[in-house]
Amino acid sequence: MIVAEQKPFEDIYSYAKRHRRVLLLGCGTCVTVCMAGGEKEVGILASLVRLAARERNDDITVDEHTITRQCDAEFFDETTARKAADAEAVISMGCGVGVQFCAQRFPDKIVYPALNTKFYGATIEQGVWAERCAGCGECVLADFGGICPVARCSKSLLNGPCGGSQDGRCEVDPERVECAWQLIYERMEAMGRLEELEKIQPFKDWSQHRDGGPRTITREEVRL
Amino acid sequence: MNTTMLKAGSRLERILRSGRPVVTAELGPPKSADTDLIRRKAGYLRGVVDAANITDNQTAIVRMSSIGAALIAMQEGLEPVIQITCRDRNRLAVQSDVLGAYALGIRNVLCLTGDHQKFGNHPAAKNVFDMDSIQLVAMLRAMRDEKVFACGDEIRNSKKAPVVEPRMFIGAAANPFGDPFPFRVARLAKKVNAGADFIQTQCIYDMKRFRQWMQQVCDRGLHERVYILAGITPLKSLRMAEHMRDNVAGLTVPEEIIERLRGAENAAEEGERIAVEQIQELLQIPGVHGVHIMAIESEHIVPDLLKKAGLLPRPVVADPLHDAVTSGPEMLRDSVSGVAENRNRAAQPVG
Repeated sequence: MIVAEQKPFEDIYSYAKRHRRVLLLGCGTCVTVCMAGGEKEVGILASLVRLAARERNDDITVDEHTITRQCDAEFFDETTARKAADAEAVISMGCGVGVQFCAQRFPDKIVYPALNTKFYGATIEQGVWAERCAGCGECVLADFGGICPVARCSKSLLNGPCGGSQDGRCEVDPERVECAWQLIYERMEAMGRLEELEKIQPFKDWSQHRDGGPRTITREEVRL
Repeated sequence: MNTTMLKAGSRLERILRSGRPVVTAELGPPKSADTDLIRRKAGYLRGVVDAANITDNQTAIVRMSSIGAALIAMQEGLEPVIQITCRDRNRLAVQSDVLGAYALGIRNVLCLTGDHQKFGNHPAAKNVFDMDSIQLVAMLRAMRDEKVFACGDEIRNSKKAPVVEPRMFIGAAANPFGDPFPFRVARLAKKVNAGADFIQTQCIYDMKRFRQWMQQVCDRGLHERVYILAGITPLKSLRMAEHMRDNVAGLTVPEEIIERLRGAENAAEEGERIAVEQIQELLQIPGVHGVHIMAIESEHIVPDLLKKAGLLPRPVVADPLHDAVTSGPEMLRDSVSGVAENRNRAAQPVG
């Protein structure tokens, strides 16, 4: 899923304060799972904004709404359109994709992001999420025992660990980050595949990554 | 290693070929456009080391470019090894820099992954890592031996123009102390297979682990395919030793060394004594072809250290530096010939 986290409250409040009526719009997919921008978080944030507005004597009315997916046109129904029309601005609690979809759907509204979109990742344990994929466009996982060096090595090294790997941790953030190469090594060793790691991996084709420009996929057979 | 043709013809390559133990040292460029510091540091190292590594924004702190500082070091009579990291430049920038470096007479390069920018003074910078150090070695080898760029194009201005490839003596680093330890020698093998001509190691304090690693290197026959220079960083104080032990990933400092520094009246002198002993011990280890001194911001201690280690004077070889730039720019040619005379005065001939 796409993992995001809420911006600092004061940042979000500074957006809300610019208007008298705002719509806080949640998303029911990835950001609900990572507990950053689903219906529950919309409710909490709306209450916090109202509370702060009362304390600071700011005139802000906050409307709340959550749709199944902000990155899919079909979920922007009439109710959503009406709520957006009633507000001066929309604060999207979707990921960066959702915010942009909102901006497109509500061309006469200012749309603000309430989240910082972080990465493609997974829930490691309750309350902890970690990056697992960098969307490089040309998956290399077959060569590395199912552990991605592009996303999980701090330097995206394809030919082995740098000198900063110690006791299984990455020197860039030893508390939180495991050395991807330690993991790759252990997994390949357990599978009797260490020899494969001696192969020199050639340059990666970064044109498949975002370096080639914004990417699109067109599949004629599924187009309408 | 016994092919008759020199790969790059650098002084470093020639002395390594001769079989004599080689001494290189690190010269950190200034954190400004000040040239005096380079000249002063070069003065300490001239005639004392066979080549000097000019670091590339080491620890991710902005400094004068390696090539810029290398040119000044050359004017002062040093043969440079320019360091290139993968952190700041993509394949276009590195190839372009290597063409420029070669045109200026630089013949040695050390290929590094590069410290993460988090540790430097621009932690908010975007890193590059278009390639890793092994791919970098392979790219420079292909430029030299296949005479092609990374894209496969020949290194020539047009179809009718001559091929003019940069012929570098290619180095890489090795850290025998990082984890996972069993993969460290495999990683060295990959660097050798990619085309590394010489290796400079991380600084060594844990002699036992280094010996273990060298044993693995020799078991694989890698010592016959690549020249290995063992890294030495003299300890200046107990605090420095503890800092190295506690804060530098991939580095171990045995308790015995900490104890010696703690018990010493003058820790800096004791640190130098330890370094001298280490150099002498390292040069006895099969497969070690020389030492690489990384006296961080203490280049001035290198002459005394090498003298005590019995590594002075340095051998004199035919002057590759001069040969290399005879077709170069007039200004450079003049400054370098002046330097060659100085160097011949400074260094004493052997044999």
